[in-house]
Amino acid sequence: MFGSVLVANRGEIARRVIRSARRMGIRAIAVYSEADAGLPYVAEADEAVPIGPAPAARSYLDVRAVLGAARTTGAAAIHPGYGFLAENAGFAAEVIGAGLTWVGPPPAAIEQMGDKINARNLMERAGVPVAAGSREPVADVAAALAEAERIGYPVMIKAAAGGGGIGMSAAGSEAELTAGFATARTRAERFFGSSDILLERYIERARHVEVQILGLNDGRVLALGERDCSVQRRHQKVAEETPSPGITPQLRARMLAAASRAGEAVAYRGAGTVECLVDTQAQDFVFLEMNTRLQVEHPITEMVTGLDLVEQQLLIADGGDVSFAPDSVRAAGHAVELRVYAEDPRRFLPSPGVITEWSEPSGPGVRVDAGYTVGNEVTPYYDPLLAKLCVHGDDRDQVLRRARAAVADFHIRGPKTNLAFHTELLDSDEFASGRYDTSVVARLRP
Amino acid sequence: MAEVRAEMVANVWQVVASEGDSVAEGDTLVILESMKMEIPVLVEDPGTLTKLAVAEGDVVQEGDLIAVIE
Repeated sequence: MFGSVLVANRGEIARRVIRSARRMGIRAIAVYSEADAGLPYVAEADEAVPIGPAPAARSYLDVRAVLGAARTTGAAAIHPGYGFLAENAGFAAEVIGAGLTWVGPPPAAIEQMGDKINARNLMERAGVPVAAGSREPVADVAAALAEAERIGYPVMIKAAAGGGGIGMSAAGSEAELTAGFATARTRAERFFGSSDILLERYIERARHVEVQILGLNDGRVLALGERDCSVQRRHQKVAEETPSPGITPQLRARMLAAASRAGEAVAYRGAGTVECLVDTQAQDFVFLEMNTRLQVEHPITEMVTGLDLVEQQLLIADGGDVSFAPDSVRAAGHAVELRVYAEDPRRFLPSPGVITEWSEPSGPGVRVDAGYTVGNEVTPYYDPLLAKLCVHGDDRDQVLRRARAAVADFHIRGPKTNLAFHTELLDSDEFASGRYDTSVVARLRP
Repeated sequence: MAEVRAEMVANVWQVVASEGDSVAEGDTLVILESMKMEIPVLVEDPGTLTKLAVAEGDVVQEGDLIAVIE
């Protein structure tokens, strides 16, 4: 096993990776920007290196700075977390080229899945269902209108190189498409450095359900169950649960099999996620995209399977076997993750600031993955995720009861947080019934 | 005279309006960015934009002056 790993990330996910690495006896090295020097992950690492000023482009996204830190600390491996450089195939190739171990899938798999148009075409060929949509980039508004005519309205406008819900919008008419196309192009260029746009048939009243996969070194791709991520605001996830209350065992079996095929089609290694949209009426699904890295909401899969997914990533990256018998994974009980964001609970607008009180809940089945603690400043430079409140139990009812108590017992002062929204969500008839879809937040906030 | 102030700590991503513009309710003055979200600052009281106190790339604190409309 390699002796050290540099975590090229910040906040809760850096802390999460450092925890598993240290437990396995691997020296954990953190990197941090000027804005993050006081965060818990920096203190918990065996060694921590400053890599630049607050803006991500000059620190966490600076390939030279990250590789320089790896060189000076003698790191043997790099774990990218999620976001930042995690799905940058060029960075992965440079890590490998520098003689280090890359804790992630082969660069070719990242590249194939990174372009959403290419990924759709690849999945279609592998027998994974995709929604009606673009097979090549849509060049201009005229081409978009023609393409939408073929696909049928409403359509979703997406950045081919995109992710995280940024720049996505739905269009129900030619006028909306004309307006939305220009905005999407500008945002795609700004956030992802490529203005390639694709259109996809927009499925209304759908659920967003994803499958956790794990590619082993013998070529097998395991499907470790699904996560329902339908609770979203601005196309970004707010709460997730497993198992999904909206799919039948038959549909689950088909989705898991398709997710394995998707991974095999790109010779996947390590942890990844196949995102799908589910039409609950028809009990059918289509491929959405594949995230070639550890997912934010991975803890709920860990809670029901009993596996440490970061440990498996490190073992696979080292070329070895995973810690469990691949045919023996069984999910037990139910789990929910609530994302605690620094934002007001009404309009979900960002709320940076200094944390003056921080008190986490605890108890049976409760796990908190936090990036901050009292005294830290939440700055405007990065995403608003403060912590992930994860709750496990025997069944959904018990989990929702435990989650309500845990939310009430989580005390944060300083920045505004969305904890009050989580209380509302857990108490809503729609969420409690399990019969919700991706519009549930919009219905709670008309 | 109406002063437009920042509602939160943010980076100034884009300055849309210019000093001397006559602006109407709902027009975008500047677009702030905080936590990977774009937040347009809109005109509430119509008039003439007599002062723009920020430039692209600036960091504003909560309560900082962004613009004056008369």
